[in-house]
Amino acid sequence: MFPKGTKRKFSDSREEPVAGGEDVNQSSLAAVRMLSSYSLQRQSLLDMSLIKLQLCHMLVEPNLCRSVLIANTVRQIQEEMTQDGTWQIMTQALSAANAAAQCSADRLVATEVLCRQTEAAQGEQVPKPFPVVGSEGCPAEEVLEEEEAAAAEVGMTMSTVSPQAPTSYLPGTFGMDPCWEEEETGEDDDDDEEEDSEECGSGSEGEERERDSLVEDTRTAEQVFGTFEIKNPAPSPDPALEELFSDVDASYYDLDTVLTGMQSVPKMGPYDLLESLSSHGPSPLSSSTSCRSDLNELDHIMEIIVGS
Amino acid sequence: MGEDTESSKGNHSFLRDYVTEADVISTVEFNHTGDLLATGDKGGRVVVFQRETVVGHKPKGELDQVGETGESGEYNVYSTFQSHEPDFDYLKSLEIEEKINKIRWLPQQNAAHFLLSTNDKTIKLWKVSERDKQPEGYNLKDEEGRVKDISTVTSLQVPVLRPTDLMVEVRPRRVFSNGHTYHVNSISVNSDGETYLSADDLRINMWHLGITDRSFNIVDIKPANMEELTEVITAAEFHPHHCHLFVYSSSKGSLRLCDMRASALCDRHTKLFEEPEDPGSRSFFSEIVSSVSDVKFSHNGRYLLTRDYLTAKVWDLHMEKGPVETYQVHDYLRTKLCSLYENDCIFDKFECVWNSSDSVIMTGAYNSFFRMFDRETGRGVTLEAWRETSKPRAVLRTRRIYTGGKRRRGDVGVDSLDFTKKILHMAWHPEENIIAIASTNNLYIFQDRVSPDTQGPDLGSDTI
Repeated sequence: MFPKGTKRKFSDSREEPVAGGEDVNQSSLAAVRMLSSYSLQRQSLLDMSLIKLQLCHMLVEPNLCRSVLIANTVRQIQEEMTQDGTWQIMTQALSAANAAAQCSADRLVATEVLCRQTEAAQGEQVPKPFPVVGSEGCPAEEVLEEEEAAAAEVGMTMSTVSPQAPTSYLPGTFGMDPCWEEEETGEDDDDDEEEDSEECGSGSEGEERERDSLVEDTRTAEQVFGTFEIKNPAPSPDPALEELFSDVDASYYDLDTVLTGMQSVPKMGPYDLLESLSSHGPSPLSSSTSCRSDLNELDHIMEIIVGS
Repeated sequence: MGEDTESSKGNHSFLRDYVTEADVISTVEFNHTGDLLATGDKGGRVVVFQRETVVGHKPKGELDQVGETGESGEYNVYSTFQSHEPDFDYLKSLEIEEKINKIRWLPQQNAAHFLLSTNDKTIKLWKVSERDKQPEGYNLKDEEGRVKDISTVTSLQVPVLRPTDLMVEVRPRRVFSNGHTYHVNSISVNSDGETYLSADDLRINMWHLGITDRSFNIVDIKPANMEELTEVITAAEFHPHHCHLFVYSSSKGSLRLCDMRASALCDRHTKLFEEPEDPGSRSFFSEIVSSVSDVKFSHNGRYLLTRDYLTAKVWDLHMEKGPVETYQVHDYLRTKLCSLYENDCIFDKFECVWNSSDSVIMTGAYNSFFRMFDRETGRGVTLEAWRETSKPRAVLRTRRIYTGGKRRRGDVGVDSLDFTKKILHMAWHPEENIIAIASTNNLYIFQDRVSPDTQGPDLGSDTI
């Protein structure tokens, strides 16, 4: 339940040099331990909640009640952390680390904090939260890399299939209504950021592109509850990602699902999907193809799949 | 109804415990007379059981002694049908589960029985009717239905109805689709006999039983900005007598009584039932455990029964500031909330039911346990629905969870509770003390037998 770091922390605080009267320091040490234990609990709860919000069965819409309750818990933790100043400390520390980030420090930091995992927990935490996909085309592709990394680690699946049509899956799995207005981005208010940056992905540190992708803070809560519209994904600026996912189109996944009648089947990995498609040698599609358009290519792929 | 197979213990215990996901029962409901019991499962099937009519069965109220009058009205399978099929939402590229979320019977008006069954998106009205006669002796068709050769017909005969083996026919009469964007969690038939409501996470619709192409939205709590969503609807029910009143519960633990005469859209409640939070016991999980998972009007229409994660509460409709009775279902879990949050058990939705006289309430728990509370004495009892420990017609013995103090034989420790064995769905016969408990893929039916040897009623069990 607690990250492994707990015990170390306890012994660390013990090893701190004690200056002055031992009794006084004992009681203050005890208080410090209690507080740090509480904040560790709180942090681990926050991490757990963020993971829960992100891990969702991609085949079926997740339970909205559960998502709302978890999101409320996250909000509550963030509010408390803001009140006791922990939030500020974390955001400052991270903003210093992210000096080279492209986007505004405040937003980055807020999202980074949310995505932060404790050092100890990072290595062992199996399901890394993957970034929520943007509903507008632009940052979607930047998110791909992160998702790929996450998926590679965990064998996680649907989400990585979705990037080609980023709006198709992750937001949609929450199955809510569209009409997302993008929030204004100029605010520096921490509270706002908390509200907005409720969830995001990123486990690893120090990757600029990941940082960029994480600045979905205006969209994070949206992704939790936002709908699901099929939109055209913008062309990916990242050639590596482009290449990897060039022949993966979300519409194929739809077809697969429909054709094979997959129901509550555990998610396919991106590599699974690639394998299944590559064996038929489909022609690469540009990532800007939307699900709807280019029925000819769909027909072509269908023939290949059905014909085999 | 699938049953887990019995295998030799030891090496094959994993086989014995294997349960087909589709066979997991997801809803249980008696009809208005209690003669029929319907169950829905995750595979979209509905199984209807019928109570045997027993020759020499003594009228209710008198002692019902086993062995003297034969079977005491057991429930046997009456009909099985596939209610919902798995579906696919092409626009969102998401599956729609065929799991039956709720079944509600309509009051009987003629020889046929009608029930409403719903999955996440679509509600269907099914007609269950019997046929025990068949017309025979047609002039133009032969016994198999083939057209006769006219030249062979020499005389006219009048077709007669001849008795045949009983056939139960089930036919879909209405399909109420496209009414919900979110997942339907409740349906409730109105006392007017013509309408019913269906509730999803954010909206409640009212339908006319005869009209499938439109419904009337009566509650909409969807915020304009989805970012601001903090509360969802968890259950809804019509008042048993007043056709203009209904109640709905929320994930924040509040109940709202709405009067449809006040306005067309009942976003503003008539009464709000909310218990103020105890600031001393506040934790990160306070809100989650306060989320109401089920709400039921009492039969007399004066009280509401709600279930949240740790308690069951009785509310008086005339008092909004708090419940009149609170029953601790499994308070020993209060210190385990973090683990239960981690394994998602904290989101389990338990149902709750009243008995026919509104004097006893019942709800489920973990480890195949369920709890009954006597409202007059305030005392609760823990019972177990698990075939290994109860034989058919054996008397159920009460169980105890060991939480400290003197440990008795048979006490179960909190850490040895099996959280995969949850009793979420149950039903109480509308008139008699017969209860139906769903435990994963098994249905347990317990009947009250007043034994001449003991003081109070004890429960005998039939396992189906």
